[in-house]
Amino acid sequence: MTFLLLGVNHKTAPVEVRERLAIPAPRLAEAMRRLAQHPGIEEGIVFSTCNRVEILVASANGAADLRGFLRDYFATDVAAYESHLYEHREREAVRHLFRVASSLDSMVVGEPQILGQVKEAYATARAVGAVRSQLDALVTRAFAVAKRVRTETAVGSSAVSVASAAVELAKKIFGTLHGKSVYLVGAGKMSELAARHLMAQGASAIFVANRTHERAVALAGRFGGQAILFEQLYETCDRADIVLTSTGAPHALFRREHGELFLQRRKNRPMFFIDIAVPRDVDPEMNKLDGIFVYDIDDLQAIVAGHVADRRREAERAEVIVTQEVERFLARLETQTVVPVIVSLQEQMETIRQAEIDRVRGRLGRLTPEQEQAVEALSHGIVNKILHAPITTLKTTAGQPEATTVIEVIRRLFNLGDDKKAGS
Amino acid sequence: MSLLWLRVALVFYGLGLVYALAALGGRGKRMTRIILPAMGTGVVFHFVSLAEAVMASGQLAPATIHQSESVFAFLILLLFLGMYGRYQTLSPGIFMFPLAFLLTFAAAMGEAPPQFASAALRSSWIATHVALIFTGYAALALSFTASLLYLVQERSIKSKQTDGLMSRLPALEVLDEMGYRALLFGFPFMTLGLLAGSVIAQEQFGAAYLRDPKIVLSLLMWVVYLVLVYTRWNAGWRGRRAAFLSTFAFLVAVGAWAANYFSVVHRFLGP
Repeated sequence: MTFLLLGVNHKTAPVEVRERLAIPAPRLAEAMRRLAQHPGIEEGIVFSTCNRVEILVASANGAADLRGFLRDYFATDVAAYESHLYEHREREAVRHLFRVASSLDSMVVGEPQILGQVKEAYATARAVGAVRSQLDALVTRAFAVAKRVRTETAVGSSAVSVASAAVELAKKIFGTLHGKSVYLVGAGKMSELAARHLMAQGASAIFVANRTHERAVALAGRFGGQAILFEQLYETCDRADIVLTSTGAPHALFRREHGELFLQRRKNRPMFFIDIAVPRDVDPEMNKLDGIFVYDIDDLQAIVAGHVADRRREAERAEVIVTQEVERFLARLETQTVVPVIVSLQEQMETIRQAEIDRVRGRLGRLTPEQEQAVEALSHGIVNKILHAPITTLKTTAGQPEATTVIEVIRRLFNLGDDKKAGS
Repeated sequence: MSLLWLRVALVFYGLGLVYALAALGGRGKRMTRIILPAMGTGVVFHFVSLAEAVMASGQLAPATIHQSESVFAFLILLLFLGMYGRYQTLSPGIFMFPLAFLLTFAAAMGEAPPQFASAALRSSWIATHVALIFTGYAALALSFTASLLYLVQERSIKSKQTDGLMSRLPALEVLDEMGYRALLFGFPFMTLGLLAGSVIAQEQFGAAYLRDPKIVLSLLMWVVYLVLVYTRWNAGWRGRRAAFLSTFAFLVAVGAWAANYFSVVHRFLGP
């Protein structure tokens, strides 16, 4: 049994290629069913996300033609994509899957979505029967590895986008964002994104003010928020706990005196200004007020840069874990392939031994307990001596390339039959 | 026996001390799962110890300095556990655990402690006075801890150095509220405790007791306490200013406590 993996990802292929090979979610089940029926393939699973398309199969003889499957499935000439494809076998295929599931192969290392995507693919593959014992063991092991990486390293723990860094800071100030209100000053793309992050964490009551009022109305509509005339900005701003500014104003909109006014109206409840405009909308002097916290785009980016460096360091530790886990998985797999043969070999011999003793007992008549013991010992001794060499050979070849041949030969020589095939 | 249980409690509090040191070194994470059960168990043994002491002496008021230290440590941890129930944060333990450990350690040493000789101590007025005041002190200590953590956290956010040692502290608003709640909780205890104390003093010394340094400091502490609660409630003082004021209140309280050693009226030691 061999694991094979063929695929493209964001590192090897531009989006034009990835989208060409992507299989949309509704068609994944059908694709996996066809994959599992492809000649030479026992089991198969397909991962198709925006950053990768990968086919992973378990093949009995290791000669599955994955390119052939791609060619048939897409009815296209895969040779055109050859330079973007990567192929891994056995150990490297296992390692690759572990790295993907642990988000070490992601564009943003440590992002948590990939594990969910792998889990979805696994559920689909199981449902259509494309994944059974072999791949099941491998993929569920990948989940365990991903979990270990997540708990033992900090690879996924820090914010690596400006928006998530802003959310993290807001939580440091307010604890929970539930019931906190957000004021968007300027209706840009970036502030919309950050607002979505804040709302996903429970922030409510969105206000939007924009110089062009229509855009404020449109954006407020998308959030179920309230559009406010730009002229009323200073009268209404104290209602917000978090103010996100992104206007194109040439001078600071919010200065120290505004901050003092807001604090007075708010009875000093804290305010968090996130200023992603360049030139800045918030005078940095405001940060000196007790109860007002100002972060501009450089501050946020500095946090992100620090976190990216942290992640890189943590990713190195994660790689060590993955290497350990690959070795552990393969070692277990190797012994698993020979164990059933050893067991059926021993069972076979025991059956023969018992049959022979029963046969000879009729002729020997009553035996004394000592004689009975001697017969048992003699027959056991012979069987063990005969089995010693084949069992040792099986154990030593476990994991070697010739293991399959050895297993096959021993099955045939001892007439073990195929019904107890490894793992199935 | 009372001392034995106290020493058992001390062992558990020792874990708290280790936790606090580890947390300061940024390595407290591993202990978070055991620390709460450990401290809870310690508090139970501590309670047994206090109950036995009361039964042995037949009086509610602590009979020695050591016993009063023990009571104080017990109250501090009780408040800490209450706060944990409300805010789910271990951070105040960084200060509260070592404080409770030191107090209990002194109490558990067991060398012949100075007795409170005065007969007045046997009255239940005194027991009430001590219990109320100590609860007030414990609340102030907790408020002080929250304030310190607030100032550290506020500085790190303002200076935009949010990583590093203190990055796992609770959010600012949580610390702020925690400090305030502790104050609100402690204030009535402190007020009633001081009233009970002045009733006793009035009876024994007449109006002269007002000039005693201990009394002056205690009154000052109470006024600061009152100002704290008032500014917070009415003027909306919070954040850094409130944290500084709360720190100041705690320092005055320490002064009032220390005044025991040069007070005429408020003497623990026999003449």
